[in-house]
Amino acid sequence: MTKLMLIAGGSTLVYAVLALLMGVLPGIELSNTPPGPGVIPLTALQAEGRGVYVASGCSYCHTQQVRPLQQDKVFGRPSAPGDFAYQTPELLGSERTGPDLTNIGARQPSDTWQYIHLYNPRAVVPQSIMPAFDWMFEVVDSAPPGVTPVALPKAFAPTYGVVVPRRDARALVAYLSALKQPPFPDAGAPSISGTGASSGAPASATAPTRTGGDDAAKGQALFTATCAACHQATGEGLPGAFPPLKGNPAVNDADPTQHIHVVLHGLQGTRIGGILYASPMPPFGTILSDADVANIINYERRSWGNHGVPATVEQVAAERAKGN
Amino acid sequence: MDTGVTAQSSTLTEHDERTLRSVFAAYTATATFWLLFATLVGVIMAYKFGAPDFGAGSWLTFGRLRPIHTNDTFYGWASVALVGLAYYVAARSSRTRLYSAKLAWVGLVLFNLAAVAGTIALDLGYNDGNLEYREWPGPIRLIFLAALLVTAWNLIGTVARRTTEDIYLSNWYTLGAVLWTCIIAIVAILPWYQYGLGQVSVSGFYMHNAVGMWFTPLALGIFYYALPKLLSRPIYSYALGVFAFWTNLVFYPIIGAHHFLFSPLPWFLQTTAIVFSVAMLVPVWGGSANFLLTMRGRMSGMAHSYPLMFIFVGVIGYLIGSTQGTFEAFRSLQEVWHLTNFTVGHSHLTMYGFVTFAIWGGVYTLLPLATGKEPSQLGLMLHFWMALVGSFIYIISLSVGGTIQGLDWIHGKPFIESVADMQSYWVWRGVGGSLMLLSHAVFAWNVWRMIFGAGANASLDNSGPAQGAGA
Repeated sequence: MTKLMLIAGGSTLVYAVLALLMGVLPGIELSNTPPGPGVIPLTALQAEGRGVYVASGCSYCHTQQVRPLQQDKVFGRPSAPGDFAYQTPELLGSERTGPDLTNIGARQPSDTWQYIHLYNPRAVVPQSIMPAFDWMFEVVDSAPPGVTPVALPKAFAPTYGVVVPRRDARALVAYLSALKQPPFPDAGAPSISGTGASSGAPASATAPTRTGGDDAAKGQALFTATCAACHQATGEGLPGAFPPLKGNPAVNDADPTQHIHVVLHGLQGTRIGGILYASPMPPFGTILSDADVANIINYERRSWGNHGVPATVEQVAAERAKGN
Repeated sequence: MDTGVTAQSSTLTEHDERTLRSVFAAYTATATFWLLFATLVGVIMAYKFGAPDFGAGSWLTFGRLRPIHTNDTFYGWASVALVGLAYYVAARSSRTRLYSAKLAWVGLVLFNLAAVAGTIALDLGYNDGNLEYREWPGPIRLIFLAALLVTAWNLIGTVARRTTEDIYLSNWYTLGAVLWTCIIAIVAILPWYQYGLGQVSVSGFYMHNAVGMWFTPLALGIFYYALPKLLSRPIYSYALGVFAFWTNLVFYPIIGAHHFLFSPLPWFLQTTAIVFSVAMLVPVWGGSANFLLTMRGRMSGMAHSYPLMFIFVGVIGYLIGSTQGTFEAFRSLQEVWHLTNFTVGHSHLTMYGFVTFAIWGGVYTLLPLATGKEPSQLGLMLHFWMALVGSFIYIISLSVGGTIQGLDWIHGKPFIESVADMQSYWVWRGVGGSLMLLSHAVFAWNVWRMIFGAGANASLDNSGPAQGAGA
């Protein structure tokens, strides 16, 4: 009997102490982490959306943790302990089959895009393997007053009627829109990507180098990563949702000033070819260096039959200096 | 206790034998059902990576199937099969009957009830926070905890009834596993220290302990019993087995935070986890060496014994999978592999290449001894080779693909390219997974033959504990 006590009881006692030390005590200590500056609780609808996120198992493919590593800068600034103050259950995740969503509300502020993407991701990202969440929508003859139908491309739209989001989809999109990293206190103005930059350089208003800006391969890669989700690889956008760049007057204008201004500062409510585009475009000036803005702009100006005069890094810098 | 030794030994009745056989067979049979179900779900998910619009609707969506696959593999298949084996090993190696057949049946019902309820809940979207391997809603996890407590009580009671002087090594591991896992389950379910970042640290602790303090010791317990049984020679070093037991106990609980390297968890917690991940090489290599040395000089005869081949693969899976885990914990390698499909390959190398092969080895060694009925050689052959080749394809494709995925990110490519680059590897994963599913169907047939098939029913094994049990 003593042998049994020693093996079963002794090892269990050892384990209980270790479980206390490695599980419970860090849990107690870290549960008291105060919220970081600007970190606020979710509204009721956003919290409901978080519930939909959990019920649908979103975090099996999407992380919500930005690591202090170069490759994570595209997703935002590194996550800080204070970011998780109101996040129970925690949704850090262990797989990144899809992109990290820590800062998706800033990176993709367009509800229009979120609804289309949720209804069928392949309507906006042809290579996406995310499931369609079409059961969160319904097809009606005409949208009730105050509800905007989902701006689906023809190939994905039902043959008759329009698609409108159910409550689950509205709550989920409200939650996704709320996923914005508050900037670190010393990081200056709010940015869509914190202090990070996809090119490795922060906002380069102060960057001394004024070279580059005509790297076509880099321009295409940056366009794919940053712009194609809305404007599409074809440059044609989505009719009624996201404006085309192909044949776009601002892109083909000999003077690139307006084109640069839109990329740096974003745009909302523009009218192209008589169609009003209500969906907001985020400002990219805070995450892209002058050279990278020029790279993207020049890629757009040379592609899809466009023939805009290329922009220079100096022009981007000058436009940035003017402010919004 | 000692005075009753001979008396109890001689009172093992035909009824006791029948009871133990039925308990062992029933645990194995229901576990086999969960293996088939969880693998089928896994193959459906694998198919979705190539055809994302296949299986539309909320109840077949990836995010609901994924926790069903993992939880049913963990708690339906592996847990139930291992507890069935643990009962058989405990009774046999202690040369006694089960402490309580009734408790064993209650436990079986509770385990299966939890798995059924958990599956339904998850498919309806009742997911407890996407917290890996504890997604079942709280009340269902309490059912599982009740099953654990019943099992712990019954195993302790059985070993306490032993008619041998020593407690055989296998029982150290299985008794420890059920008792420690009760603590894990309780730590995981109490809410008071699980807010925000606090819950992240508990997740790290839970995720790894649920694997390493439950499946690992139970599977090692099988090795320690089945290997001597198959080879008719004692385990190479009893002392090394004891040493591995205590080092595993002390090192394993500390490494959980390595699931959250580069996260906002305190840096010292992460570094401590890395240090003890390296320390884990001691029990892993010690244990593996012990098994391989027990098999020394007998490798050539292995081709004639599929049970031995299953166990051999299980030992190699333990050695490679655990060593890989240590390397993955290094920051330099995590930078490439963390959050990629490499991790999925790793978890299959360990849960499949180690734990599942260990269970199969144990079942093929011990179930025929209990029932007196053998599976066919053809069934064994088909099962072994399809499972081995299938898992090999699965693990290699995800390991290579996951590495490419991680490098794509490091090279700053647009994210969607890391998805596109994975496509062919996901196809191969599906091929491997399908072979695994086929092999499981053959396993189910083999289990049927071992329980209900025609066989020499008379040759019931009554030979007591394994060789070298100190008896």
